[in-house]
Amino acid sequence: MIEERFDAIVIGAGMAGNAAALTMAKRGMKVLQLERGEYSGSKNVQGAILYADMLEKLIPDFREDAPLERHLVEQRFWMMDDRSHVGLHYCSDEFNEQRPNRYTIIRAQFDKWFSSKVREAGATVLCETTVTELAQDAKGKVVGVRTDRGGGEIHADVVVLAEGVNGLLGTRAGLRERPKPDKVALAVKEMHFLQRETIEERFNLEGDEGVVIEAAGTISRGMTGMGFIYANKECISLGIGCLVADFQRTGETPYGLLDRFKRHPSVARLIKGSEVKEYSAHLIPEGGYKAIPQLYGEGWVVVGDAAQLNNAIHREGSNLAMTSGRIAAEAISQVRSRRAPMSAENLALYKKMLDDSFVIKDLKKYKDMPKLMHTNSQNFFLTYPQLVSRAMQNFVRVDGTPKTEKEKVTLKSFVNARSWIGLFGDAFRLARAWR
Amino acid sequence: MTVEPSVRVEDKLFYNRYLVDVGRPHIKVRAHTKPSAQLLALLRACPARCYELNDKGQVEITVDGCIECGTCRVIGEPTGDIEWSYPRGGYGVLFKFG
Repeated sequence: MIEERFDAIVIGAGMAGNAAALTMAKRGMKVLQLERGEYSGSKNVQGAILYADMLEKLIPDFREDAPLERHLVEQRFWMMDDRSHVGLHYCSDEFNEQRPNRYTIIRAQFDKWFSSKVREAGATVLCETTVTELAQDAKGKVVGVRTDRGGGEIHADVVVLAEGVNGLLGTRAGLRERPKPDKVALAVKEMHFLQRETIEERFNLEGDEGVVIEAAGTISRGMTGMGFIYANKECISLGIGCLVADFQRTGETPYGLLDRFKRHPSVARLIKGSEVKEYSAHLIPEGGYKAIPQLYGEGWVVVGDAAQLNNAIHREGSNLAMTSGRIAAEAISQVRSRRAPMSAENLALYKKMLDDSFVIKDLKKYKDMPKLMHTNSQNFFLTYPQLVSRAMQNFVRVDGTPKTEKEKVTLKSFVNARSWIGLFGDAFRLARAWR
Repeated sequence: MTVEPSVRVEDKLFYNRYLVDVGRPHIKVRAHTKPSAQLLALLRACPARCYELNDKGQVEITVDGCIECGTCRVIGEPTGDIEWSYPRGGYGVLFKFG
């Protein structure tokens, strides 16, 4: 099919793959990018929030033509029990700025645009092409790929694996393990369409202002998981995800969970009367720092979700993907400019540069959080949300009970549920993991 | 294996666009007489409900509605219960929004 040889082959056209392909093409490298979908974005699923800073580093003037939905002026965190939510909302007019910091986006549309920039930069983007295998030489060095289009191997000096959280190729070639059920979450999502004005009224927005809600609590039924509600221009992205291991253990169904979330009184009023136009599902890397695989080797690097680079605590993934793709490309380009081979020894530069970036620093900071959240999921996702909700109700309901008695009831409910040792232990463990 | 009555996954999948690669399923279930715990878990964990029990009590898959998340791969591939590949280029689910 393609007889020529490339400087680099990028597998996948998501955030990481597009960032890598763009960066290398801009530096004059001969890049082939392979994508199994009809177009970049047709297989990609995310909430989705776009982080401007990381995209500016790739496309400084992206605001001119990128398909952006709403710039975020408000972030809500909801701790939910079955009929209530306790909210922490941060809304600031300062986010109505010249160059807003975060936007909601619709991935299929955004990625198509991102891909057009990759093509403009000179990369060859081949869609509807599934890579079936990495081509390796006798010593195991990755020398190219084989695709389902036939025609033998396509060769390159280096292969960038941007194949996503469920990437098969790296695992098949023995470069990294398959994600384990307790290290990935399954999230399901629906796109709810409403009149633009209706969304703005319900979410208290003006113009292109946007808001995102991250929700945790009894909605995950004691499993480690979270729900989300993101306001786009004319639709709402709504979803919920929990660890695959928890689904496996409990027998809860993802669509059952989504349905309950949608019927929660705090949520139902936001989507009332909407028309659903898509139902999607995706895995999310949740293992954090300790789940990061070997990032480079002879003739290859791995970036983005495929490398498990996702900050579950801050719900950041696409920016880590973009940044790792860019940094890998910069490292490759540096090796190339020295006319050095794409060996593991030389590609170690990618890991060194990534270690120095926020990507690895942030993941390292929260290295103990995934385990804590998983082993204590009943407490953090069921018991505490219920207790806090009860406490808030007790605090605000006026019924003639003296306040000191109300406080005693609340305190007693916490101690009864978790004991003093449990309470202090949870606080200590959380503080230590957060540190 | 009851599913919440108000949720019909089949209806949800109607929202989606697919290009089905007829006769070339990208996921296969290994032949078995009695399904493993992992295979049984897929009946409920698959978000598209692609897995079902046949009248002999074996787990079967129909991949037409698959949304390619990989959950069944994570659960069922390590035990050899299923074989997982991506659909051929251009086939499978086509997200309009994603």
